[in-house]
Amino acid sequence: MDAFLLQILNGLDKGSAYALIALGLTLIFGTLGVVNFAHGALFMIGAFCAVTLQRLFTLSFETIDPTRTDFLGNPMKVKTPYIESWFGPDIGAAIIDWSVPLAVLFSIPIMLGIGYAMERGLIKHFYKRPHADQILVTFGLAIVLQEVVKYFFGANPIQTPAPAALRGSVDLGQMIGFQANAIIYPIWRLVYFFFAAGVIAAVFAFLQFTTFGMVVRAGMADRETVGLLGINIDRRFTIMFGIAAAVAGLAGVMYGPLNPPNYHMGMDFLVLSFVVVVVGGMGSLPGAVLAGFLLGVLESFASTTWATTTIPGINQIIIYLVAIIILLTRPRGLMGRKGVMED
Amino acid sequence: MTKTTVTRRGVLKSGATAGAGLALPTIFTASSAAAYMNEPTGGTVTLGFNVPQTGPYADEGADELRAYELAVEHLNGGGDGGMMNTFSSKALQGNGILGKKVQFVTGDTQTKSDAARASAKSMIEKDGAIMITGGSSSGVAIAVQGLCQEAGVIFMAGLTHSNDTTGKDKKANGFRHFFNAYMSGAALAPVLAAQYGTDRKAYHLTADYTWGWTQEESIKAATEALGWQTVNTVKTPLAATDFSSYIAPVLNSGADVLILNHYGGNMVNSLTNAVQFGLRDKMVNGKHFEIVVPLYSRLMAKGAGENVKGILGSTNWHWSLQDDASKAFVKSFGTKYGFPPSQAAHTVYCQTLLYADACERAGTFNPCGVAQALEGFEFDGLGNGKTLYRAADHQCFKDVLVVRGKENPTSEFDLLEVVEVTPAGQVTYPPDHPMFSGGMLGTCNAGA
Amino acid sequence: MLGLDKKDTTLLIIVALLTLGAPFILNPFPADSAMAQFNAGYPDLMQRFVIFGIFAIGFNILFGLTGYLSFGHAAFLGVGSYSAVWIFKLFTYNVLPAVALSVVVAGLFSLLMGFVSLRRSGIYFSILTLAFAQMSFALAYSVLSNPRFNLTNGETGLQVYADDPQLFHSDRLPDLPHLFGLSMRATYRLDLGGWSFDFNAGYYLCAVVLMAVFYLAIRIFRSPFGMMLRAVKSNQQRMNYTGLNTRPYTLAAFVISGMYAGLAGGLMAAMDPLAGAERMQWTASGEVVLMTILGGTGTLIGPVLGAGFIKYFENIFSKINDNVLHGWFGFLPDGLEDAMVFLVHPFIGKGWHLTLGILFMLVVIFLPGGLVEGGQRLGRWIRRRRGGKDGEAQRKTEPAE
Repeated sequence: MDAFLLQILNGLDKGSAYALIALGLTLIFGTLGVVNFAHGALFMIGAFCAVTLQRLFTLSFETIDPTRTDFLGNPMKVKTPYIESWFGPDIGAAIIDWSVPLAVLFSIPIMLGIGYAMERGLIKHFYKRPHADQILVTFGLAIVLQEVVKYFFGANPIQTPAPAALRGSVDLGQMIGFQANAIIYPIWRLVYFFFAAGVIAAVFAFLQFTTFGMVVRAGMADRETVGLLGINIDRRFTIMFGIAAAVAGLAGVMYGPLNPPNYHMGMDFLVLSFVVVVVGGMGSLPGAVLAGFLLGVLESFASTTWATTTIPGINQIIIYLVAIIILLTRPRGLMGRKGVMED
Repeated sequence: MTKTTVTRRGVLKSGATAGAGLALPTIFTASSAAAYMNEPTGGTVTLGFNVPQTGPYADEGADELRAYELAVEHLNGGGDGGMMNTFSSKALQGNGILGKKVQFVTGDTQTKSDAARASAKSMIEKDGAIMITGGSSSGVAIAVQGLCQEAGVIFMAGLTHSNDTTGKDKKANGFRHFFNAYMSGAALAPVLAAQYGTDRKAYHLTADYTWGWTQEESIKAATEALGWQTVNTVKTPLAATDFSSYIAPVLNSGADVLILNHYGGNMVNSLTNAVQFGLRDKMVNGKHFEIVVPLYSRLMAKGAGENVKGILGSTNWHWSLQDDASKAFVKSFGTKYGFPPSQAAHTVYCQTLLYADACERAGTFNPCGVAQALEGFEFDGLGNGKTLYRAADHQCFKDVLVVRGKENPTSEFDLLEVVEVTPAGQVTYPPDHPMFSGGMLGTCNAGA
Repeated sequence: MLGLDKKDTTLLIIVALLTLGAPFILNPFPADSAMAQFNAGYPDLMQRFVIFGIFAIGFNILFGLTGYLSFGHAAFLGVGSYSAVWIFKLFTYNVLPAVALSVVVAGLFSLLMGFVSLRRSGIYFSILTLAFAQMSFALAYSVLSNPRFNLTNGETGLQVYADDPQLFHSDRLPDLPHLFGLSMRATYRLDLGGWSFDFNAGYYLCAVVLMAVFYLAIRIFRSPFGMMLRAVKSNQQRMNYTGLNTRPYTLAAFVISGMYAGLAGGLMAAMDPLAGAERMQWTASGEVVLMTILGGTGTLIGPVLGAGFIKYFENIFSKINDNVLHGWFGFLPDGLEDAMVFLVHPFIGKGWHLTLGILFMLVVIFLPGGLVEGGQRLGRWIRRRRGGKDGEAQRKTEPAE
């Protein structure tokens, strides 16, 4: 029972990341009809927003400490972050400690800007082009973005720890009456889940309850008619692209403390998130979210010892196996609409 | 039609392309005048440095490349000479190898066997490389080693830790300076027993590919021999980026030690996850829960950040060693690049020097001569103490370092501290040890 | 000739000349010059050009004609390689049976995968193929390489060991893949002045195969079957409404392209007897998609050009390092030399991915029809230039087109 609950938690957690990325991808499909292979790269850039902010906070000046020596035997250069000298060591250290949550605020304008620039500068010219061309150009863009990040930050993963207060784990099991150590869960993973749920809710609320969102939904259903009504749907779709980029970016920022970001993390998620989107059904936002959580949970269960001893290797193929089964039983995924990306 | 391996090897000895020559006019054999593959004829000799330049191990590859450039500089008489001054063999003059100036070509393995072989082949076929070296994973090392055997050039392995490289897949033309999984186990187990006691229950998470399996096997055998029990061994997919679903059940399994048979990005993530789940703060079976990472590297330790503190593992070499050779190497590397070298950099630097030295001692670049000079070669002064290049499997036997993540690092490089230097004798095994059986060294192939 | 019209015959002859003359064409620079870095005429890369050309031609028969975008074709290539290496291990190093088995096995595998995947269309089809291929990759990488049942030898790749049975091998034969005794590695090097050219047996085997399958592709493109596939691309629904079942046609195209991929995989193993699991990964499937789009989807020669383009950058650009750069810019004054090296540095060696990414974008932005369109534009431009000089001749030749 406790093991079961643990894997549910893990699944929801993995699912949060999948759902957030898939949500953004679907927004782009649904509004602009573009296959965005650079979406994984946007997730990665989000994570590196946190890295950059951490680097900015720890920008340091060097003082020479003659009492100590460095590895070559020269006097040691001691680095003190500017921020600590400005605000005093305590507040300075606290700001550095909270760099990931602060990066959430930092990343939103950046990701909106990147999304906007990407749509206006590049994607715009590809609406009328075949999907294959869209794939090629966005894949090229993804490689370029990833190599630029690698050029500045290297290929190794970089730690972006959660604030010390949120770093440990809590014994959830004891709270609901299990024995101690039965369900231990990291705090930041819980934070990530609720954060993801919040973002997803916000996106849905935005589309559902604002006039802007209403127009966007109308545009998704029938772009031409909305255009004929004299509404500038293109501009709104551009903004939606920015929002989709921001959602991916936020998913990335908060993901950093779970697993240290590296420059190819976007590619690791790219294929998976496409599978999630398609399993959810093309063009369906609830479908994307549902599929994200579903695949996350199934992946977690497949990696239990019980599952891997029953069917060796199930943990490696579960996502793809489920995708095949769902696509063969439900022609348009879980909640797909007819005629979207079927030709 | 039956055939015996011995005679088949006989054909191999005279060279793969020469075999073709029997069936064909001689114009079809590669440069038939040469005595061996890519015999250097001008005033230079070309070495091929095949390292990962893209993909997750790119930083490690970049560090290897730095060390190679340094080694070439030293061989050609530039710089301060580094470990050439401390090396016990004095055959190297600082005038290149056998009087020929050393040149090099570089390639990208992408950490894929196919790409690595393509890259190595281009060095051999296009650039006339006489020796190939490098790599940062065992799959690549074994693939390229096989290629070099077929092509008739020497392969000096870079970072490869799997038992198979000098076990099941050993080749006459291939040589490994780096240590292996068996040695990690043999060196680590006594320290683990001393630190954590002999009554421990271990839980293994293992990267699901050849290297992971050999390490799991080695560590399991070594710890069980000292009284530990193994509660469970779980394979994790190589492509996994999040290990939460593998870590979560550990605490309820009754185990009190978690052993992470992971490397690179896998290791960084699994260790981060394990610490996240609070494993290290727990008491199980009345003992403090511990995590062990059998193969450590400083570059990876950096990726794992704070999480490595206090965690035991083994490593081939570490820059904080205080012997003259290590100090000389750190000094010349650090002066040139501004930071200390990694173990990957160290092993490839040694390999380059060892190769050059063997050429000098053999008086030829002929792979068979070089191989003979390396086989059974005993040396010192390359940072690992007294070392033997064993003839039976072309594996180096030397001391192994047991290290621990440092609690209070004084700089961004000062992440590991050496806990114990396990003497070579303790990690030596017979060539026919079951973990290494199944392969045949064969005879050396000189190509043309 | 051979049942082709004039234009196609010309194309086939051009391809034949290019492949047969490749050792010359790809080695335009003297071996000792600084530009020799850009020479691509060594056996391994020439073989790769041709093999990936075959792979891409086959992929284009499915994607270019029917519009079905498969993201799983690397699986067939991988299966082909594994079958070939198993022939090497069990029976003989002769490449004929090995390659033949690769084609057959890949054909069967693609029949199975196509039968299931083609029940869906559009992106649903793409994801189904991707899922099958990724499953094959995951299984090959770990599950099917366990000690008890080692089909693929996992991470290391399947290779031939000295103690493998090799029932029909004899001592007279080379210990490498061969064609009735002619080793695939046999190379004749021709030195002409400063130039040197490699003529490799394996390469010429691949080249002959390429010409054969290229011819076959032309015939498929021009056949009623090809017409039918194009009709599927333009409007499958209408075809279905007319009461025609398109599934057998698309399945046939899928299997044919799968067999091309298997052939490529078999040849790869024949040139270098090792089959790695990475060959089946989605990135490898993606690569052939990129090759096809980059070269020009639906054109005959495009995929071959795209394959050459990508493999060239992978193998040539990744090998350029700072030392080489200093060699090139050595003639400049010191400061300028360093500046040039600094500027070029991010794009070579470990930065070859960056260069490739930028080129993908440039090609797709400015040449919507891929490299083939680039060639056509260049041709038109040259003709216009010539037309300007000699307008009358231009006008005269025009009706002939």
